Amino acid sequence: MGSSSRQRAILSEQSRPHLKRYVRLQYDPVRGAWAVLSPERVFWPDEVSLDILKLCDGRHTVFQIVDELAGQYDAAREDIAPDVEQFLQEWSDRFLVTL
Amino acid sequence: MSDALLPPIGMLAELTHRCPLQCVYCSNPLELLKADKELSTEAWLALFEEAADLGVLQIHLSGGEPTLRPDLEQFVSCLARRGVYTNLITAGVGIAEGRIERLRDAGLDHVQLSIQGAHAPTTEKIGNNRGAHEKKLETARRVVELGLPLTINAPIHRHNIEEVPAFIDLALSLGAERLEIANVQYAGWALLNRNALMPGREAVERQVEIVEEAQSRLRGILAIDFVAPDYFAIYPKACMGGWARDAFMVAPDGTALPCHAAGTIPTLHFERFGDRSLTDIWVNSPAFNAFRGDGWMLEPCRSCERREVDWGGCRCQAMAIAGDAAATDPACIRSPLHSRMATLIGEANSVSDADDFRYRRIGRA
Repeated sequence: MGSSSRQRAILSEQSRPHLKRYVRLQYDPVRGAWAVLSPERVFWPDEVSLDILKLCDGRHTVFQIVDELAGQYDAAREDIAPDVEQFLQEWSDRFLVTL
Repeated sequence: MSDALLPPIGMLAELTHRCPLQCVYCSNPLELLKADKELSTEAWLALFEEAADLGVLQIHLSGGEPTLRPDLEQFVSCLARRGVYTNLITAGVGIAEGRIERLRDAGLDHVQLSIQGAHAPTTEKIGNNRGAHEKKLETARRVVELGLPLTINAPIHRHNIEEVPAFIDLALSLGAERLEIANVQYAGWALLNRNALMPGREAVERQVEIVEEAQSRLRGILAIDFVAPDYFAIYPKACMGGWARDAFMVAPDGTALPCHAAGTIPTLHFERFGDRSLTDIWVNSPAFNAFRGDGWMLEPCRSCERREVDWGGCRCQAMAIAGDAAATDPACIRSPLHSRMATLIGEANSVSDADDFRYRRIGRA
């Protein structure tokens, strides 16, 4: 990370989000639930968040993630795009996802 | 207890009480353990394996200074193999060349580096160690160069509260992802040095404004976590997220405790790993069960709508100030002793020599 040129990453439809190197999405067999492990914190994503995070593989663009989820949920793109985009921007702002 | 007991998520492992620094706010107990009381390599490894079985997902490797343990790489590698997230909490002084690289290669996930002042004289004064500041900055640079995520932990008190803006600049220039502006919790050595450390009310109010402005300005650039100062608060913190609720700690000799300062509660007896299993302690220890949930609460906590927000606050603070570990944390405005906090702030701020420190030393409280 550059020290002087640090800027907030802003999401676009072409962003290819992926989990930061030091953030792990892993299944916890003790609790039977998916956990996100990150510096100092553990998150328990709900079903929708988990579906988004599983597509944060650095290959799918945000546009493709929305497409994929629209298919999975049998929903219109425009109905889910704002929520997906807001979620990813927030997770980028919290240093969990790279856009 | 109203809810079923869940497994712990986090564990703080105080691998040693030895430390090159003598910070006057240290959260370790006044009775520090010597090296000969520390668990062996094999015992820590067995403890970590059991912690992973029990459901612990995140382990904070702390001390004292954890890098003084030559077996630290073995611990990190054992935990990495078990999928447990490892966080090294270090003072960053005296770490040998190549050590951080070896820890990274063993699977270390994250480094939290404490810095006592944004400027060298403050760091040296608080930790009583010449040259500490430059060594810390060097450690920070190595961590970032190796691609490990870095959190800067800045424990805040009277002697550095005016340096908060400089801490923010420092964290940015070092390439840290996170900065903790953590007002000192008055337990352990900080309680002993309370009169020398307590900031003034105006400085605290200014600090809150500075941090809030920076959090908003640096959104997505630097994450700033703020640990509010209890003595100036209206409501208490959910200390440790609630007593023995989802986290606990282990002292260098294997004693398991719900929090750093729990040993100051004289009615409680804490068991050691080795004498009993971690699972047995987590589930059955009378000390762990003493303040679990809300069944133990007295009024005003018992009928308070915030009782599962802050879990009654800090039991050790209740012990220290109210003289009763089951009392409402006096940080809470609903505590009958809340005004005592303001009195203690006033007493501390009328002390003429704020540099009258009692430095943290083994065998010399």
